[in-house]
Amino acid sequence: MGKYAVKRILLMMMTLLIITFMCFVLIRMLPPAELPIEDPHSAVILARREAAGYNKPYLVQFGIFLKNIFTKWDWGVSDVLYFGRDVTTIFVTKLPATVVVNLYSIIFAIPLGVGLGIFAAIKKNTWIDHTISTLTMVCISVPSFVYAFIIQYFLSYKLGWLPFLMKGGTDYFSFSMFVSMLPAIMSLGMGVVAGFTRTTRAELTEVLTSEFMLLARTKGLTKTQATVRHALKNCMVVVLPSIFAEFISIMSGSLIIEGIFSVPGVGGLSLNAINGRDYPIFTMVTVFYTTIGLLASIVIDISYGFIDPRIRMGSKK
Amino acid sequence: MEKNRKTENIPREKFEFAQLNENIHDQKFDTKAKGFFADAMIRFKKNKSSVAAAYILLFLVIFAVVSPFISPNNLDNRDKEYVSFPPYVRALADLGIGLFDGRGTHASQNEAQCNYWRAIGEETGYQPLIKVLDTVKTVSKYRGEERISYTYKIATNRYYEKGVVYRVLSYEEFNKIQDWQNETGLQVIYPYVEPSAISEITDDPNLWYQVDSRGTAILDANGNFVPVYSTNSEIEGTPYYSIRIPGDDGSYIYSVRRSGAVQARICYYNYYTYLNGREPMYIFGTNAMGQDLFYAIGIGARFSLVFAVIVSAINLTIGAIYGAIQGYYGGAVDMALDRFADICSGIPMIVVTTLFQLHLAAKVGTVGAFLFAFVMTGWIGMSGLVRKQFYRFKGQEFVYAARTLGASDGRLMFRHIFPNAMGTIITRCALVIPSVILSETTLTYLGIVNLSEFAGTSLGTLLSMARASITTSPHAMFYPSLYFALLLISFNLFGNGLRDAFNPSTRGVED
Repeated sequence: MGKYAVKRILLMMMTLLIITFMCFVLIRMLPPAELPIEDPHSAVILARREAAGYNKPYLVQFGIFLKNIFTKWDWGVSDVLYFGRDVTTIFVTKLPATVVVNLYSIIFAIPLGVGLGIFAAIKKNTWIDHTISTLTMVCISVPSFVYAFIIQYFLSYKLGWLPFLMKGGTDYFSFSMFVSMLPAIMSLGMGVVAGFTRTTRAELTEVLTSEFMLLARTKGLTKTQATVRHALKNCMVVVLPSIFAEFISIMSGSLIIEGIFSVPGVGGLSLNAINGRDYPIFTMVTVFYTTIGLLASIVIDISYGFIDPRIRMGSKK
Repeated sequence: MEKNRKTENIPREKFEFAQLNENIHDQKFDTKAKGFFADAMIRFKKNKSSVAAAYILLFLVIFAVVSPFISPNNLDNRDKEYVSFPPYVRALADLGIGLFDGRGTHASQNEAQCNYWRAIGEETGYQPLIKVLDTVKTVSKYRGEERISYTYKIATNRYYEKGVVYRVLSYEEFNKIQDWQNETGLQVIYPYVEPSAISEITDDPNLWYQVDSRGTAILDANGNFVPVYSTNSEIEGTPYYSIRIPGDDGSYIYSVRRSGAVQARICYYNYYTYLNGREPMYIFGTNAMGQDLFYAIGIGARFSLVFAVIVSAINLTIGAIYGAIQGYYGGAVDMALDRFADICSGIPMIVVTTLFQLHLAAKVGTVGAFLFAFVMTGWIGMSGLVRKQFYRFKGQEFVYAARTLGASDGRLMFRHIFPNAMGTIITRCALVIPSVILSETTLTYLGIVNLSEFAGTSLGTLLSMARASITTSPHAMFYPSLYFALLLISFNLFGNGLRDAFNPSTRGVED
C-alpha cells in the first residue's frame, strides 16, 4: 500500500512539473506587459524581469523560475494589477477568504448531504427516496450562479434578510462576517449537499443489500443497529475520501460566486489576472489550480486503492 | 389430517387421461424477439422523471430552433428607448390577467405622481397605470395639526409609461408620418406645448396640462386636466394636414421650427409601430442592451447546443479510439498513454481556455480556439470509460474464438468488443453534452471567451449582462436562468434515465 501511494505521488509530481513547464512556456511566449515609462517601479520590474531571464531561452527561464521557487519561494512580481508587488504576498492575502467561505459551505453540507443520503437509502424505492433522488439530480444540474441569482434577488433584495455582498475586512471568524458570507456559502453549498447526498445514497444502498447485512440481522441485531454499526461504517469508507477531495477541490474557489458576492478570494484574483493580462499572477494561479486538481484526484485514487486492492496500479484486470 | 387421508385411497377408475388424442408440444413463441435498443427503450419508459425530462428537453430544443422565427425582433434592430423592459405582448396585456403586460412597479407614489401617469394615459390613449398594489397612510404633524397623506405602490406598464417624447424630424419624415397617420388612424404626432405654458419645464414632454413650477398638475373644478396646447401659428414648423386629437378645433400646432427641421411631440408607442410596421412585442422583455430576450435566448441556446454536440462528437470519437487502444493492448502501452491523458486532464479548463484564446484566437478564430480547448481536455473521461469496457470484454470467450479464427487486432477491437461497449458510450453522450454547455456558459459568463461577434450572443453573456441590473430588471436574469437551468436539469435526468435503461445492473450507481 505504501509503495502504491509513493508511486502515485511521484507520478503526480512529474505530471505537475510537465504541466507547469507547458503552461510556463506558453505564458512566456506572450509579449510581456508594457510598463509605464515615468513610473519609478518600472525600472525595478525591468530589473526583476532581466533576473528572471526574459531574454534567454525558455528552458533557462524555466530553470531560473524553479530555482527561485525552491530557494526563495519567489514567484515573480506582478506587473499590471498590483504594480511591483510580489505575487506570493498578493496570493497569500487572497487565500483566507476563499478557504473560509468554502470551509463553511462544506461544514454545513456534510451533515445535510450525508443525512439526506442515508435517509434516502433507508427508504429506498419509496416516494421519499424518489423525491430526494430527483431533487438531488436537479440541485446538481443547476449551476451555482442561478442559486446566486435566486438568493440575491429573494433573500437579499425582496426580503432584505441577507446583505448583497460580502463585507470588507479580515475578521473572517466574526459573526457579522459570517452573515455577510451566507449568500455565497448557500450558493456554493447547494451543489455540494446534492453531491454528498448522491454519493452516500449510492454507496449505502449497495452496502445495505450485501450479505453481511443479512448475517447481522440473522444474529439478532435490529435494523437500526445493523445499519449504524455495519452499513454506515462500510459506506463511510467511500464517502469520507469524497468529502476530503471535495474540500481540496473547492479550495480553488468558485470564479463565478466570488465575483457575484465580491469575495476577496483566489477566484477573483485569477479572473482579474486573466482579464488584466497579469502573467506572473496567472502563472502562479495556474500552478495552484493544477496542484489542487491533481491532489484531489490522488486522494480519491489512493483511498480507493486502500479500500479495493484490485484498483491499485500494476495489478491490471 | 383428515383431508389428507381422504385422498389416500382414490379408486383407479376415477382417473382419466387429459389429452390422449392430442400431441403435447411447446406453445409456439408468437411474441417478437426484442432487440437491445427496444429493450432499453422499454426500461427507459418506465422511468417517469426521465421521460418527463425528455419531453422538456425536446421542447427546449424546439424553442431554440423556432424562437428566432417567432420573435419579430432580432439582435440588430434594437430599440433605444425600450431597454431593460419587462415582458410585453399586447394581446395578453389587454386581457388584464397580469401577465406579459410590461409591468413595473413604483413604490411610494403620491397623488401628484399618480396624476402624472394618469395624464399620459389620457393624452395618448395608452393608460400606463395598471393598478394600485398597496396604499400607505401616513399621519404627520404640521404646526400642531394632524395631516393625513396617502402614498401608493402602483404597477405601471413600462411601455405606455414612455408616453410622449420630443423628436427632431426632417420635413420629409414629418410629412411621411402624417401620411401614415391618415392611412392607419393612429396618432403619432401630438400638439405642441410651449415651455412658457408649463412653468418653463423643458425636459418633460409628457406635460400637456396646466402645472405649477414643480410639475404638479393643477386640476380644474371637476378634477380634470386643463390642456395648454399651443395655438401660436407663428412658431409652427410645417403645415399639419393629418388627423387631429379630440378637442382640437383646428387651431393647435403640431410642430415647431428648428434649424432645417421640425421638433414635435411624438407618442413613442405609435412611433414604434410606425417605424417597425408593428406594435412592440417582447415576449421575455428586453435586456440592458435593448435586445429581445426571447430572440437572444434562442440564438444563444442554438449556439450552445450545436457547439456541445460537436464537442461531444469529437471528444467521444477521440476518447473511444484512445480508450480502445489503451484497454486492448494494456501493459506498457496503457501506462504510457495513461501518463499523457493524466497531463491533459491535469490542466485546469480555465487555464487551457485562456491560453488557447491568447495564442490561437488570432489564427483560427475565437470559436476555433474555444473548440480546441474543449477537445484538449474533454476526451479523457470517454477514453477511461472505453478502456474499462475493453478490460471487461477482452478476456471473454467470444474474443478468443474470434482470434482463433484469425481476426486482426483492429477487427477484434472495432467489430467484436466495441459494439458491446456501445450502450455505455451512447449514455455517456447524453451526460457529456450538459457538462459542455455548463462550461461554455461559465466561460462566456466570465468574459474569458467572447462569442458575441460569432454567434451574436450566448447564454453566458446574457446572464452576465443581466447581473448588473438584477434588482431593477430581474426578468432579464430570470428567463435566461430558467432556460439554462431547465436545459441542464432535463439533460442530466434524461442522460441518467438512458444510462439506467442501457445498463440495468448499474442503476443508481455513479460511474
